[in-house]
Amino acid sequence: MRNTTNAEKLSKARIDTAQRSAKETASNGVVIDCNIDELYYSTFKAVRDTSIPVKKNRITAFIGPSGCGKSTVLRCLNRMNDLVRGFRFKGHVHFRGKDIYHPSVDATAVRRFIGMVFQQPNPFAMSIYNNVAFGLRLNSYKGPVAEKVEDALKRSALWDEVKDKLQKSGLSLSGGQQQRLCIARAIATEPEVLLMDEPCSALDPIATRRIEELMVELKTRYTIAIVTHNLQQAQRVADNTGFLYVDTSDGGRCGYLVEFGESGQIFNDPREQYTKDYIRGEFS
Amino acid sequence: MNTQDAAINPRITPGPPDPVGPEVNPFADVDFCELERSLRRPRTLVDLLLSNLVSAMTMLALIPLFSVVLMLLWRGGQRLSLDVFTQLPPAPMEQGGGFGNAILGTLIMVALAALISIPLGILSAVYLAQSRPESPFAGAVRFGAKILTGFPSILAGVFAYGVLVLTFGGYSAIAGGVALSILMLPTIILTAEDAIRMVPAKMRDAAIGMGATPTQTTWMVLLPTAMPGILTGIMLAIARAAGETAPLLFTALFSNYWLFRGGFDLKQPTASLAVLIYNFAGMPFDNQVDLAWVAALVLVLLVLVTNLIGQAFSRRQIHE
Repeated sequence: MRNTTNAEKLSKARIDTAQRSAKETASNGVVIDCNIDELYYSTFKAVRDTSIPVKKNRITAFIGPSGCGKSTVLRCLNRMNDLVRGFRFKGHVHFRGKDIYHPSVDATAVRRFIGMVFQQPNPFAMSIYNNVAFGLRLNSYKGPVAEKVEDALKRSALWDEVKDKLQKSGLSLSGGQQQRLCIARAIATEPEVLLMDEPCSALDPIATRRIEELMVELKTRYTIAIVTHNLQQAQRVADNTGFLYVDTSDGGRCGYLVEFGESGQIFNDPREQYTKDYIRGEFS
Repeated sequence: MNTQDAAINPRITPGPPDPVGPEVNPFADVDFCELERSLRRPRTLVDLLLSNLVSAMTMLALIPLFSVVLMLLWRGGQRLSLDVFTQLPPAPMEQGGGFGNAILGTLIMVALAALISIPLGILSAVYLAQSRPESPFAGAVRFGAKILTGFPSILAGVFAYGVLVLTFGGYSAIAGGVALSILMLPTIILTAEDAIRMVPAKMRDAAIGMGATPTQTTWMVLLPTAMPGILTGIMLAIARAAGETAPLLFTALFSNYWLFRGGFDLKQPTASLAVLIYNFAGMPFDNQVDLAWVAALVLVLLVLVTNLIGQAFSRRQIHE
């Protein structure tokens, strides 16, 4: 950050704007209402003052420079951060109006409603079929598993490529196919929301395009939140975009939400100077 | 190399022929002697010597191994016949005979030991690798297991002797199995823990991200993925247990009869290949000494077969 002395004052004003814009958009159809006041890993303050509404059947993108906490925020939405020792946060995450961090809530149950696709394609070391059927088996699904598997593979645009080798290892596929397999695995159990943590960063441009097309198709059925540091990607697929930035003013590296709004507005007419600079590529 | 570089560096691509000046050799200033391989250069010499030393040492290390195997095949192979698998050990001065009861005894006691140590070992490994990897208790268990891998096997025998033989009055296959399981347990725990830890973290994340509980993650993802490594550990442990003599001397002792003499009973002294070799090798009778050689060969083959089966099994798992 170039102007560290004024940063705190500036960021205060920025938060106000960000929160106001968040409130304006958070009218109807918000599936996940995420409001993080302060998020710590042990004593390290990682994120502050970030509130992002994830709307139904929309793609919500989190953009920002490395280390600004976009993945951290995303992982809060299905309690993946529970695995990190020393994680705690002030604020709330509401999924369809219910606080998922309430003591009575089972984190594993939350993750069955809010699925996740990771940065590195991570199929299990088992057959393609069993990879997709994994979630169904977790829930001891009694219905027709084979149909569900086929359906999920079709919806993730992988069926034609793998229909003749369903018993082959999921690890034998190419990177892009593996990632689509992971998407198939995630949607086979019909989650409400799909969180995607830089799903294309390990893929080549053609595979990236396919995943992007897939996301746009999938949003008719699911709600998607995606972290990306590819601005064009956010521009291409996202309906809403939140821009996070790093505040280094008090010696730490604390991420916070600078601006949230419709993607068109964020990319063409950003309100904040930082957003403008970032989108113009003046820093990264 | 793009054209710009070539233009800058005339050594890589000579410029267009100059119609005026004489033809210039672009490599004139390179001393090709420097590129030739020469033993006068210390670097080359040292490399040659060390490379050959590595090969020589490998050969040297293989000599004892191959001599043992050749000796076993030569001395043991002569008497190898169906009889040794079906008949009982001969009395002194008696000709012929076999050690069918010892093979059966070894198989049963190793199986008993595996039955005890495999579930115990794998479940402990899950605890160490997955449930509480950094707790002081886990640290203590890990430390204990590491010490136990170097545990003198005779002490495992004495332990089982004190706990089982003295308490329940008598040498038995069960006591032998328990003594062997003490030797197998640390190997299984440590290799299985390693194998579970080697499962990529992203696979664990994937399972948890799907909403799997820790138990489901362990049984549906971690253990299947780690299975080849766990099997290797089990095979190592079995190979070690099958060849142990000392613990069995204190626990199963030996028997000249079939285990199922008068009904199948694990609570009686039991023969084993290792103790048979130990007993017969020191006898002044040729027949017994020959049988000891055959028994040694059979023991090695048993371990070999177990290992091959294990390898085939784990390879199938990987390719599935």
